[in-house]
Amino acid sequence: MGNSSLVTPLHSSHVQLGAKLVDFAGWDMPIHYGSQIEEHHAVRRDAGMFDVSHMLAIDLSGPGSSPYLRHLLANDVAKLAQPGKALYSCLLRENGGVIDDLIVYFFTPERYRIVVNAGTADKDLAWMQAQAAGFDVHLAPRRDLAMIAVQGPNARGKFWQAYPGSRAASETLIPFQAAFDGDWLIARTGYTGEDGFEIAVPAGEAAAVWARLHGAGIAPCGLGCRDTLRLEAGMNLYGQDMDETISPLEAGLAWTLALKDERDFIGKAALLAQKPTRQMTGLLLLERGVLRAHQTVKTPHGDGEITSGTFSPTLQQGIALARLPIAVAAGDTVAVDIRGKPHPAKVVKPPFVRNGKSFVS
Amino acid sequence: MNVPATLKYTKSHEWAKLEADGSITVGITDHAQEALGDIVFLELPETGRTLKTGEECAVVESVKAASDIYSPISGVVVAVNQAAVDAPESINQDAYAAWLFKLKPSDAALCASELGALLDAAAYTKVAESE
Repeated sequence: MGNSSLVTPLHSSHVQLGAKLVDFAGWDMPIHYGSQIEEHHAVRRDAGMFDVSHMLAIDLSGPGSSPYLRHLLANDVAKLAQPGKALYSCLLRENGGVIDDLIVYFFTPERYRIVVNAGTADKDLAWMQAQAAGFDVHLAPRRDLAMIAVQGPNARGKFWQAYPGSRAASETLIPFQAAFDGDWLIARTGYTGEDGFEIAVPAGEAAAVWARLHGAGIAPCGLGCRDTLRLEAGMNLYGQDMDETISPLEAGLAWTLALKDERDFIGKAALLAQKPTRQMTGLLLLERGVLRAHQTVKTPHGDGEITSGTFSPTLQQGIALARLPIAVAAGDTVAVDIRGKPHPAKVVKPPFVRNGKSFVS
Repeated sequence: MNVPATLKYTKSHEWAKLEADGSITVGITDHAQEALGDIVFLELPETGRTLKTGEECAVVESVKAASDIYSPISGVVVAVNQAAVDAPESINQDAYAAWLFKLKPSDAALCASELGALLDAAAYTKVAESE
């Protein structure tokens, strides 16, 4: 652990649990507590929890909040009508490159919460502040909060066993909706492809909450299985599947862009002018093995590259997200170069696994 | 750290055991499996292949990394552990029970000298602790 590492309010909990700690974006974070694969299975089959306090929640307020976000974000917050409803969006540069991906929660036309990635938090906040000129808004980074994601088919049930008083506020939440419960925010969101909640609590309460959730039978899970779970669920990882040099159209994120109406947003003109030659697809390795980022993929239409790869614990197969020539179709067989030899893989449309079930043959 | 005194070791975290019949059994150390994390895939050499000491001959893959395995001894591969190939996680469970392959040394004298050049448990422990 470097002496310049940041730590979350749950750091001593991780140490007490015997976590293997690694640097992640400058934070000393648990990669696992014993077995990354066992933790992965716990989330798919039961309930697991992640310390995601290294990510940053930013509260937005002021009369200009809605017009500001409609200008700032590629997805359209005007879609959010119900209190607590959220959406997933890219934050783009003028040239259409992706600054970050994020989730924005609507509370009122003058109150939103935005949650951004740990590695890009400072960059995002500076960009958001700069873009706020001319809008009557206030941005408040919430480093006073800890965030815990409880995920899995039994996650919500076990959360309510631990906190029966929170049931009333959170029981009727639909997916991608959040509600305040006192000074907690409970959101039915996640990065695993399973049901569950992401809960933001005051930092001082975090260790006690973590211990109580553990007592209710929710397994502590580290960043290792967080990556294998999100990849099985077909979810992008910023900095790996896309970055500022990549258009959302070539990162499988066209569905997050609201381009059709007259709303202008940062990056819109650039996107409308783009003619993508590449697309994001899934790959399923047809022999036993592990797929990894940067492996070359040979297709009949030219070469592509894996952006994220792993061995799927649920499918017991190598899986990957890959940026391939646009003419490649789902169902095609391509060849992945692993240590200099070609290995056949099938092109599939992600996700690979959601709610415990395989989506690919 | 689990480093059995009866085995010999390489700096690249393989262990070698001289068997009663003169053959050598090879695996990776407990330190190596711990560093790799959950092992999911093995590529082992074909039986009949001739290896020189230090030659790259196998791959052990975890989700985190692919680790090349180097033969500690010169010899011919006479057996590979198919059970480990079928259940790579067995290496995480017991790295000294989950052997990878067995060699018949090319030459007894050469084998003795190559074994002599390997690290003993104390020397290997120092290497692993310094990483």
